Amino acid sequence: MATPTLDKADAAGAPEPGFADSPYITATFRVRRFNPEISAESVWEDFQLEIDPKERVLDALHKIKWDQDGTLTFRRSCAHGICGSDAMRINGKNRLACKTLIKDLNPEKPITVEAIKGLTVLKDLVVDMDPFFQAYRDVMPFLITKETNEPTRERLQSAEDRERFDDTTKCILCAACTSSCPVFWNDGQYFGPAAIVNAHRFIFDSRDEAGEQRLEILNDKDGVWRCRTTFNCTDACPRGIEVTKAIQEVKRALITRRF
Amino acid sequence: MPAGTLYRGREGMWSWVAHRVTGVLIFFFLFVHVLDTALVRVSPEQYDNVVATYKSPIVALLEYGLVAAILFHALNGLRVIAVDFWSKGPRYQKQMLWSVVGIWVVLMFGALYPVLGHAFREVFGS
Repeated sequence: MATPTLDKADAAGAPEPGFADSPYITATFRVRRFNPEISAESVWEDFQLEIDPKERVLDALHKIKWDQDGTLTFRRSCAHGICGSDAMRINGKNRLACKTLIKDLNPEKPITVEAIKGLTVLKDLVVDMDPFFQAYRDVMPFLITKETNEPTRERLQSAEDRERFDDTTKCILCAACTSSCPVFWNDGQYFGPAAIVNAHRFIFDSRDEAGEQRLEILNDKDGVWRCRTTFNCTDACPRGIEVTKAIQEVKRALITRRF
Repeated sequence: MPAGTLYRGREGMWSWVAHRVTGVLIFFFLFVHVLDTALVRVSPEQYDNVVATYKSPIVALLEYGLVAAILFHALNGLRVIAVDFWSKGPRYQKQMLWSVVGIWVVLMFGALYPVLGHAFREVFGS
């Protein structure tokens, strides 16, 4: 415990001018701001920060909000890549602010931060997530079984059967995939990668018995067939889920009815 | 309103954009092609006149562009089919795209003489 505490004490001190070993650099954060109470238009605003490049974009946003401009608005909860609150477009790509180190972003140039695309911006980096979660609810993301299992008994599953859908259990519903999809930008009616990933998680679960129903929900003009395999979702996923692969598996399950 | 930045997608997104663009270009070619071919039923002489204009070097260059568009659309179409139907397709999509680009370059080089040879002789003499 001693070492991290020492590190933190070092980091908390202000950078001394002319101190050669200072880890601090000056980075510019170009944030796309929107406040409907002030203007219907969004504006880019630059913030200069003295910051350790080993820190994350979320730390930079905190510094801006706490020290420079308290009106900067963004979502974050756990700050450790699990809650999925702080998906945003950093340097043009969807990422989690809490998992993106500044040194990985080329801090020589201004780092752009903007809200994820395809969902209505409410303020600054906060978007209306309702359509996203509605699509998630529509695929019935919960275990459905016939009442044949004795309630006190566990539902057995082989390791291979569990492995079948392991990849899609990792989803944290951050919307980085859905809001990276060109089809979703143009037509918000598309279910989007995240909803399909969560349908995949149950369709390929040997314990679940509503696979047919879920497939029928996705066998829609706004369902899996809208996917154009641009792989933006797979590139954007902060959990490394092979999203496009999951969508393709659902498409093939619809054709072959084998899952 | 200052626009947001362009989404920085990778190979997959740009191959999709190129697939769309080449698809629309091919559609426009087919539109013209159906029109000029239909003209032969109206007036064979006019048809001959129109087709004669296609022998100009500028049209030859356009034809080379058409070859480029069709080759990319066809090869990338095979890649998309592989992504759709081959279980390992999504994992190898980038490698497949670079293979598509490689084969495209080779075939475009091969098409140089057959498509542009006539125009080359016309412009620079033989």
